[in-house]
Amino acid sequence: MPVDIPAEVLSNTRLSPDYNVVALDAPDVARAAAPGQFVMIKTAPGLDPLLRRPFSIFEILRDASGEARGLSLLNKRVGVGTSLLYDARPGDRLDCLGPLGRPFVPVDPPAQAWMVAGGVGLAPFVTLAEALAARGTEMTLFYGGRSAHDLYHAEFFEALGARLVLTTEDGSRGERGRVTGPLARELAALPADTAATLYACGPTPMMRAVADLGTAHGHPSFVSLEPVMGCGMGGCYSCVVRVTRPGGTHLVRSCIEGPVFDSSTLIWDALQGGH
Amino acid sequence: MADLSVPIGSLTLKNPVIAASGCFGYGVEYSKAFDISTLGGVAVKGLFLNEREGHAPPRIVETPAGMLNAIGLQGIGVHRFVAEKLPELRALGATTIVNVCGTTIDEYCEVSRILSDHDGVHALELNISCPNIKEGGIQFGCSLIGTHDVVSAVRKVTSLPLIPKLTPNVTDPASFARASEEAGADAISLVNTFLAMAIDVETRQPKLTTGMGGLSGPAIRPIAVRMVYECRQAVKIPIIGMGGIATVTDALEFIIAGANALQVGTANFVEPLLWQGLIDGINAYLDRHQLAGVGDLVGQVRSRK
Ligand SMILES: Cc1cc2nc3c(=O)[nH]c(=O)nc-3n(C[C@H](O)[C@H](O)[C@H](O)COP(=O)(O)O)c2cc1C
Repeated sequence: MPVDIPAEVLSNTRLSPDYNVVALDAPDVARAAAPGQFVMIKTAPGLDPLLRRPFSIFEILRDASGEARGLSLLNKRVGVGTSLLYDARPGDRLDCLGPLGRPFVPVDPPAQAWMVAGGVGLAPFVTLAEALAARGTEMTLFYGGRSAHDLYHAEFFEALGARLVLTTEDGSRGERGRVTGPLARELAALPADTAATLYACGPTPMMRAVADLGTAHGHPSFVSLEPVMGCGMGGCYSCVVRVTRPGGTHLVRSCIEGPVFDSSTLIWDALQGGH
Repeated sequence: MADLSVPIGSLTLKNPVIAASGCFGYGVEYSKAFDISTLGGVAVKGLFLNEREGHAPPRIVETPAGMLNAIGLQGIGVHRFVAEKLPELRALGATTIVNVCGTTIDEYCEVSRILSDHDGVHALELNISCPNIKEGGIQFGCSLIGTHDVVSAVRKVTSLPLIPKLTPNVTDPASFARASEEAGADAISLVNTFLAMAIDVETRQPKLTTGMGGLSGPAIRPIAVRMVYECRQAVKIPIIGMGGIATVTDALEFIIAGANALQVGTANFVEPLLWQGLIDGINAYLDRHQLAGVGDLVGQVRSRK
C-alpha cells in the first residue's frame, strides 16, 4: 500500500562533491518498507523537472523507542534530479511516494549472504543487512568504489557483524581493482557444501559479472536494477527489462516486477547502461 | 453538491475524471494505492488482438514541462486482457474504457467484438492516433476517409459507447471530429500525443531509440485546449478532453473550452493520488458558481468584448 507524503528534509549530509545522504520525515513510508524497496521522489516542486526519480530506501531512521520515523536516501549527483537532491535544504518538502517494488528476500542460515555493491549501489544493502542480521545469517559485503572517499558506511555493516571486503580502483582503500576480483577468488575458495546467495547492486557490467560468477559456482544471485522510470507504479511501461518466462522472453516492468530480479531470469544483453 | 455525472452515449460516468490510456496500466496496478471505482472511468492501455512487445528502451525522455514517449503499445492483447485483467476490474467496480488498437479495420472490429461480448467493458475508445507505430492507428487517424471507415465498421459490431481518439497531428482536428460523428461515434476523445523529437547534442543521436516520440504533459495543454474548443464548434457529441491536465484549473479550462469529460495521463505519473482532489475541485467550482452540473459549464467560453 504505497502512500504519498510531502516529506520534510530533516538533514542533508554531504559526503563528497558528488555524494550526499538526505534524511526525510516519512514515518508511514518507513514503517511499511521492506529491504530493497524504493521511493519516487519529486526533487523540486513545479514542472521542471516534471517527473519523479526513483531512489532506493537507504536507511530506516528510528526514534529512541525503535519506531520508524523516517528514511534516508543515498544520492549521487549525475543529472538534473540528483543535482537538486544534492542541494536539498533542511525544511524543504519533497513528495515521497512509496514504498514501491519487490523487495530482496533475505536468506536464512545456514546459507550465507554475500552482498556486492558498486558505488551508490550500496543504497539497498543497509536494510537488507539489518534483515539478515535479525535472522542470524552470516554476511559479507563486497564493496567497491573509485577511491577511498567513494566508500561510505562500511563501518555500519561491520557493526552489524558483516565481514567487509573493500576495493578501490586507485588502491586508496582496500584491494586495488574491481570488486568482482576478490569476489571471484572467494567464490572459488568457498567449500562446495557452503550455500551462499549473492545480492548485487551497482553498474550493470558489475551486476552481470556477479550473476555470471554466481552461475559458474552454483549460487543464486539477485540484482537490484535501476532503469529510467516514469511513474514507479506500473502505469507507463517505460522501465521494462527483458526476462525469461515460460513460453519465451518478455519485457516486464521493473517498477512492479522488480527492481529486484533473480538474475537467472534476466536477458543481460537487452539491458541499458544502468546508473 | 453539484451533479458531476456525464452521459457518454448509453453510459453515465459518475464524474468527468478519467485515467488516460497508457498512463494507468490496466488500472489494477493503482488499486493498491486508492479505490479506482471513484474515478469517472479508467481507460486501460491500448490493446491489439495479440500481445505486443513495444519498442526497445529508453522509451521516455523528459522535456520542459513534458515528456516524450515511444512505448510502442506494449500490451497483453485482448484475449489475455479479458481473461486476466477484466475480472479484477469488474470486482473493483471500475468503469472500464478499453483503448482499442489495430493495424487493419478487421483487427479493430475483431478486438471490439470480443470486448463487446464481455461484462465489465463499459466503453470502447478507438485508438486511431498513436504516433509511435508505423502500421495502423495513425494511418486511419490522419485520413478523413480512414477515420470514417474504421469508425463506421466498428459501429456495426458493437453497441458499446464508441469513442474515437483523435490525433493532434493534423491541421484541422475538427474535421476529424465531424467525420467521427457522422460515422456513428458516441463521443470523441482528444488529444493523443504530439509527434516530437529530442536530440542529444553531444552524441547527436535522438534521445529515443525510435528517433521520434509523442509529446505529452503540461507543455501541450494550450494547443490541446484550442483543439477541444474547435471540435466543440464542429460536433454535438460529447468530447473527452485531455493534454497536460494536472490541476483543477486545467480541468475546468478544458470543460469551458468544450469538454464534457477529461482524461489525465502524464500528471498521474507525477501525482498518482491527484484524482480525488480533481473531482472535489470541479465540484467546488460548480457550487461556487451556482451551476447544477458539469453540463452547465461545457463550452461556456465567454467572448471578450
Ligand atoms: C507513456 C504514455 C503511453 C501512452 N499510451 C497510450 C495508449 O496506449 N493509447 C492511447 O490512446 N494513448 C496513449 N497515450 C496518450 C495519452 O492517453 C494522452 O492522450 C496524452 O498523453 C495526453 O495527455 P496527458 O498530457 O495528460 O498525458 C500515452 C501517453 C503516454 C505519456
